[in-house]
Amino acid sequence: MSVTCDSPSVELSSLDHLWFQVAGTLCNLTCHHCFIRCSPKNDSFGYLTLSEVRRRLEESVALGVKEYYFTGGEPFLNHDMAPILVETLRYGPATVLTNGTVLKDQWLQTLADAEAASLYSLEFRVSIDGFSPETNDPIRGAGTFDRAIRGVKRLVDFGFLPIITAARTWSDDDETAVVGQFVTMLKSTGYERPRLKILPTLHLGAEEERSHGYRDSERITAEMLAYYDMSQLICDHSRIVTDRGVYVCPILIESADARLGETIGQSMGSYPLRHGACYTCYQYGAICSNPSSAAVHDK
Amino acid sequence: MTNKHMNRIACFGGVYSNYLALDVAIRDARRRGVDEILCLGDFGAFGPHPNRSLDLLRMHNITCIQGNYDHSIGNELDDCQCGYTDPRDNHFAQISYDYTLSGTSVEHRGWMRELPEQLRRKLGPLSVLMCHGSPRQVNEFLWESTTPTHFLDKLARDYQADVILSTHTGIRWQRELADRRRAVNVGVLGRPENDGQTNVWYTILSYSRDVELQVEFVPVEYDFRSLADEMDNEGLPKEFSETIRTGWWTTCLEILPAKERRRGRY
Repeated sequence: MSVTCDSPSVELSSLDHLWFQVAGTLCNLTCHHCFIRCSPKNDSFGYLTLSEVRRRLEESVALGVKEYYFTGGEPFLNHDMAPILVETLRYGPATVLTNGTVLKDQWLQTLADAEAASLYSLEFRVSIDGFSPETNDPIRGAGTFDRAIRGVKRLVDFGFLPIITAARTWSDDDETAVVGQFVTMLKSTGYERPRLKILPTLHLGAEEERSHGYRDSERITAEMLAYYDMSQLICDHSRIVTDRGVYVCPILIESADARLGETIGQSMGSYPLRHGACYTCYQYGAICSNPSSAAVHDK
Repeated sequence: MTNKHMNRIACFGGVYSNYLALDVAIRDARRRGVDEILCLGDFGAFGPHPNRSLDLLRMHNITCIQGNYDHSIGNELDDCQCGYTDPRDNHFAQISYDYTLSGTSVEHRGWMRELPEQLRRKLGPLSVLMCHGSPRQVNEFLWESTTPTHFLDKLARDYQADVILSTHTGIRWQRELADRRRAVNVGVLGRPENDGQTNVWYTILSYSRDVELQVEFVPVEYDFRSLADEMDNEGLPKEFSETIRTGWWTTCLEILPAKERRRGRY
């Protein structure tokens, strides 16, 4: 991954979103666009335990963290996942990013009960990258569309309203039609009020080979930040806990320079926007957070 | 910021041009003998004839702060800065914004342009901070189900407030914080709360030595059918008047967290 010198830095304005790389880089799928090359064999980052998450939750209280996000890999490969979410709902709202293919009824019942007893929302974000097997499976793997849709149905049966998250692997011109086909497809499966979040692709990891990497010109300069709403950048308000320390954002954990410290408290410093992925974050804004937490600073 | 001492105040936000509910709420609050009535912003959007609400607010000397909508209208910006991410929500928001901007007098625009973003008041000995979205950002969403208590504790400490009042999300709630502090979303008068009821809400806050802070959410019944008919006559989207008639939100749904979304019909 190429980086540049003299990049402008971003101060952490407040730690609003605390992420957990709860399944490391381990996933039951091997998606061709994965920006950190997660797979069943990639154990460069490992699972977080319930006690480790609990320790970080405790640390987060004094910092005033507003939302907790869990990602991987596939979070539900971590058998502590349901207890981790139950514990998190004692502190604040929790969002888990899953491929929906390994969910078990017993976990979902536990989580539905925990959310009902909590003040806070539990959000499931289910990754599906096409509205049909023909559009999804070439990216996420054979049979994954049907398996993910079964996961969505299961979530809906338990009363959840999952946010279907799709990486934009189609052209901008096709966006309206593709979104419409997603909605139609989801309603046809019985999900009456589907929620969608479309993400830009990040030209890192496996996606770098599927399409292309970042050009040297795709970097953020100081001039580009004049009059820019910095809250659109993840590093303005987020950090991510992994089993190898705390990193600046969920996208850059494979970049050694993105590791900021061992504790959250050590990781509150500024970070230079030197990566190509920073350019995508800059272009699209708020790419990782939920729509309910979206807000723009005064123009 | 001014700092008046009082024992009983009425607060509301999100008028959204619902001048019929505003009129009822003001009369009701006056009848209850409050020391001051305050509006936490977002005077326009959604409803008909924006000048009518503004005329009422100013005629009754309601103390107002500026919401994101009022900042946009006052400065004639291109959109409402509501922070929607869904194209459908933005589509309806833009219809509403264009209608409201064109229907707001130049004089009212100038007035709202100069309003403060926040105010402080003393309610008994309590320091009350009034804002639109949050103390740190005018259009920040503080939903009940996505706002941790420890986050509110930090806001209260950082902004040295015993009570934080906000609106913006359109659904009222309150939470007791550490050290007997309180966060209250005072609700909105502009549209119902996505619960199938047609009434809207405002809030009365009282201080007494016996109970210290008392927060009362007050339902406002008004002639919602007339408002909905006027919205239709003005050519506003049927989706808007349906919300007024049914109490269910039909637009701006993507910003709702899971718990709040599940309570609605759509």
